[in-house]
Order: sequence, then C-alpha cells, then structure tokens
Amino acid sequence: MADNTINTKQDEIIEKFSMLDGDMEMMIGYLMELGEKLPEMPESLKTEDNIVKGCQSKVWLTADENAGKLHFQADSNTAITKGLVSLLVSILNNGRIDDILNADLYFVHKIGMNRFIGTQRSNGFLSMIKQIKMYALAYKTKLENEA
Amino acid sequence: MSTAVAPELDIQKIRKDFPILEQKVNGKPLIYFDNAATTQKPKQVIDAISEYYEGYNANIHRGLHSLAEKATTAFEDSRKIFQKFINAAEVEEVIFTKGTTDGINLIANAYGRKFLQEGDEILITAMEHHSNIVPWQIIAEEKGAFLKVVPVNTKGEISLDDVEQLITDKTKIVSVVYASNSLGTVNPVKEIAKLAHAKNAIMVVDGAQASSHCVVDVQDLDCDFYATSGHKMYGPTGCGILYGKRAILEEMTPYQGGGEMIHNVSFDKTTYNDIPYKFEAGTPNIADVVALKHAAEYIDAIGKDNIMAHEQALTQHAHERLSEVPGINFYGTAAEKVSVVSFTIDNVHPYDAGMMLDAKGIAVRTGHHCTQPLMDHFGIEGTIRASFSVYNTIEEINFFADSLKDIVAKFS
Ligand SMILES: Cc1ncc(COP(=O)(O)O)c(C=O)c1O
Repeated sequence: MADNTINTKQDEIIEKFSMLDGDMEMMIGYLMELGEKLPEMPESLKTEDNIVKGCQSKVWLTADENAGKLHFQADSNTAITKGLVSLLVSILNNGRIDDILNADLYFVHKIGMNRFIGTQRSNGFLSMIKQIKMYALAYKTKLENEA
Repeated sequence: MSTAVAPELDIQKIRKDFPILEQKVNGKPLIYFDNAATTQKPKQVIDAISEYYEGYNANIHRGLHSLAEKATTAFEDSRKIFQKFINAAEVEEVIFTKGTTDGINLIANAYGRKFLQEGDEILITAMEHHSNIVPWQIIAEEKGAFLKVVPVNTKGEISLDDVEQLITDKTKIVSVVYASNSLGTVNPVKEIAKLAHAKNAIMVVDGAQASSHCVVDVQDLDCDFYATSGHKMYGPTGCGILYGKRAILEEMTPYQGGGEMIHNVSFDKTTYNDIPYKFEAGTPNIADVVALKHAAEYIDAIGKDNIMAHEQALTQHAHERLSEVPGINFYGTAAEKVSVVSFTIDNVHPYDAGMMLDAKGIAVRTGHHCTQPLMDHFGIEGTIRASFSVYNTIEEINFFADSLKDIVAKFS
C-alpha cells in the first residue's frame, strides 16, 4: 500500500502557505519558526562533504537509514535557508526510501516557491531536493547490494 | 521634513521624475537603497530613449541622409556635454564605452599591452572593485608585470604615505577608485595622481561611483584616465565614458578593430581613425549615449552641490539612526565618504536581513559587492549595504532603521 504521509504533509504546507496569502513577512516568519524547530545538527556533521552544492548560503544535510526509512539532519548559516531545508525535512523525514525517491514534490509549485524566494534561492532549494533524492538512491543501491 | 536636508531641493518633486519609485513591492511602498548598484532613471532619460527610436534612429557617422545626420549630431552632442561634465580639455578626449569595466579593460589592453614590460608594477588599493583588479591581473600575467596593493585601515581609508612608499621606479600604472562602492570612502585621487606622476606612472581613476556623488574635474585631478558608467548616474545601462589625455590616447594602439575606428582599410595596411573614434569600433550604443546626455543635464539642473549636500545629510542621519540597532558594526567610516552605509549585524546573516528588508519593500544589497579582497581583509563574507541618491528621504531612512530593529528582535 502506498504511503501517503508525504502528500499529506505537503498538503498541510500548501494549506499553511495559502493562509499566509502571499504576505512575504509572514512567510519568512513561518520559515524561520520551522527552522528553529529543527533538531540541532551536531557540529561534527557540518563538514565540507555534507554541504549541499548549488546553494548560495551554506546548507548541511545528512541522511541515515534505519529499517528502510531515512532520517535527515540539516542546518544552514542563514535563518531563512534553514527554514527552507526544514520544510523539506518536515515532509520527508522518516519516509521510506522508495517513497522519497518517487515523491512528487508538487508543493514547490503550488506555494509559488519561485516567486516567493527568487530564482537563485529556488535553484538552491532544488539542489537540496536533488541531494535528498541522491541520498535515497544511494541507500537503495546499498540495501539492494547487501540483500 | 528634517531641516538637515538641503533647503534648495524639493525631494517630493524630484521623486515625481522617477516613475519606478511609485510602485509597491511585496505590498509595501518601494524604498530603493541600492543606488550604488544602479540608480533609477528620470523620465527625461527614459523619454529620450523612445524619442530616439521613434524619431531619428539611424546609424551614425557614415550616413548622409537626414536621420543619420540628426542621430550623429545627438550622439556628438552627448560627447560635448560630457566634456563639460568632467571638464575635459578637449571633446576628443571623451570615449564612449559600455561602462567602467569596459573603460578599464580598454586601458589595460590598449595602454597596458603596449607599455608594460616584464617586472613593471601596477598599483591599486585593497578596496578596488573586481573590475579594477581583474583586467590588471590579466595584463600583468601576460606581460610578467606585478600587481601591488595599498592597504586600508580599519575605517576603510588608505594613507598617502603608504601610496608614496609603494610607488617605485617600476610602477607604470596607478589605478584607484575615486569613491568606494563597498565602503563609501572617497580617496584623495588628486594627491595620488601627483605621487604617480612624480615617478612617471600614469594615473587611472575608477569613477563608477563618483560621477553622481563627487565633483569631477579631470583637469584639476590631473588624472590620465577616468572611467565611469552611465547607469550609476541616472543614465541608461550599457553606456559609459572613458576620459583619457589626448597625448596618451594618441600613443595607444586600439585593441578592438572594426568599423568606425579606421581611416582606410586594405589587405596590406589599415590606418586608424583619430581619437576618440579609433577606440569606438563598431556601431555604438547610440540610443543610450544620446539619453545619457539627459542624465548629465538632469544632475546639472538640480546642481551637484545640492545633490551632494542632500546625500550627505541622508548618510549622516543613517549613521545616527542605525547606531540604535543592537549589534550593528559599520564598515567604512572614513572622514570623507559618499552616500554608502555598509554594515553587519551580530547573529544576523546579511542574506536574511536582505530578504526580510525586501519583504518590507526596502531594496538593499547584501554580499561582497564585487570587492571580495576587501571583505577578506575585514574577515567577513559580506555586508548589508544601503546607498542613497537624490530621491531618497529622511523618512525612508527612519523606516529602514525601525525595520532593522524589528528584524534584529526576531533573532534574539
Ligand atoms: C567602484 C566601482 N567600479 C567599477 C564598477 C563596474 O561598473 P560597471 O559594472 O558599470 O562596468 C562598479 C560597479 O558596481 C563600481 O562600483
């Protein structure tokens, strides 16, 4: 049976953003709140290797696998970008590898991310998504090889 | 309105000349504080562009028909206006370029390539814009010459003693920014020119920021070159001027070949046109050069002294009000500076501040401002920079300071 949690969470975020009604200050406030809720990432994980390439700000992102599910840890040197990565983590954390790999992250278009954060940050945001999918693919390959 | 503002100016009336300022950004009235990146354009300039295309668009200098005649006259009128604007001795000393970057590259290629030799030195300062660093690095590498750098102090100033020490018999070119885009510092380019000339080096002035904020008299400065951009002085993008002294320009070999810049072309030998045309290869940016004249006239009509007084009042007020922001650190507190206020705030990343200000309708620049070596010197990634122009107001600065206080509160 397909796991719908990813979409449920996306829908919640779409709903939340539609309530903010395009008010930039409120959207930024919401993102910063999300960022503050993100569990602290150990300093030891903030290495050059864990930096997401393609982001203007520094974004660190790691993934661990447990029973076929991925657990993410993330941080950024800027509060708004930390909020952006938290958005992804809140949707995908503890998702099954296949669900993450196949996830259609339609919320990005639905909330008009492009218009809201600008093209440069949008590209950075897409890099974060790509990195998450790469982690999922790497773990999938690893698990298949071990099986 | 504050009494600090130059009484001669009716800022609200001036603002009406700039249609772009009427808009809202993110639902808030636009406050444009990114003038060091590019200024907005008055209607007089915008209209001149469409009048040109609607009324007398033609290629210049070679046509005999009436439109070509009219376009050529307008283009050459612009040159005359700029001769006066920078007080060049002769109109032929004014070359139209794409902007400051283009002008400095022209000097590096057409002067540097001919006159630099192995072991020669080019002197710049630690506060230069990348466009006054990289062209010199490229030509220095090609010629085996060296780049030397005058340091800046904690206030963002250079010392003439350092300059004097660093200019040696090997120095061929001294190239210094008149007004720093990152710090606002106004450099003593007239004194530096004297020191350069005492050692037979030429003096290049990067005037990108200076043309709308400083008195520019190239004869008084006695610089050999002065490069500037139209778009930073209320003119269109993609056009600027390079001033060069006649004797030097005549010695230089053009680095771009093509139409306009020749006397006579045959497969055996080509002879070059006279200055300034030998440095203006190809069809120039006629429309924007024609409109640029109106930017100079706009500045003159308001009066550069009045503009400077207003901008100084704004800058002083900004320093005062921003000092109230907890954790603020200013970069660039030189005694003489243009209307640039650059700062960081403890625990607030410039990108966050920039985006949160944008959400309030305030446009500032965040980052290294194309002066990475300067940021390295201060040990920072970048700053938040607010830069003011004639159409900015004390009220806008008050709102800016209050907004920053709000933002900082969100981080504590
Ligand atoms: C001090 C300084 N020099 C040079 C430049 C380059 O000007 P342009 O990009 O118009 O060629 C700038 C533009 O930011 C500047 O501020």
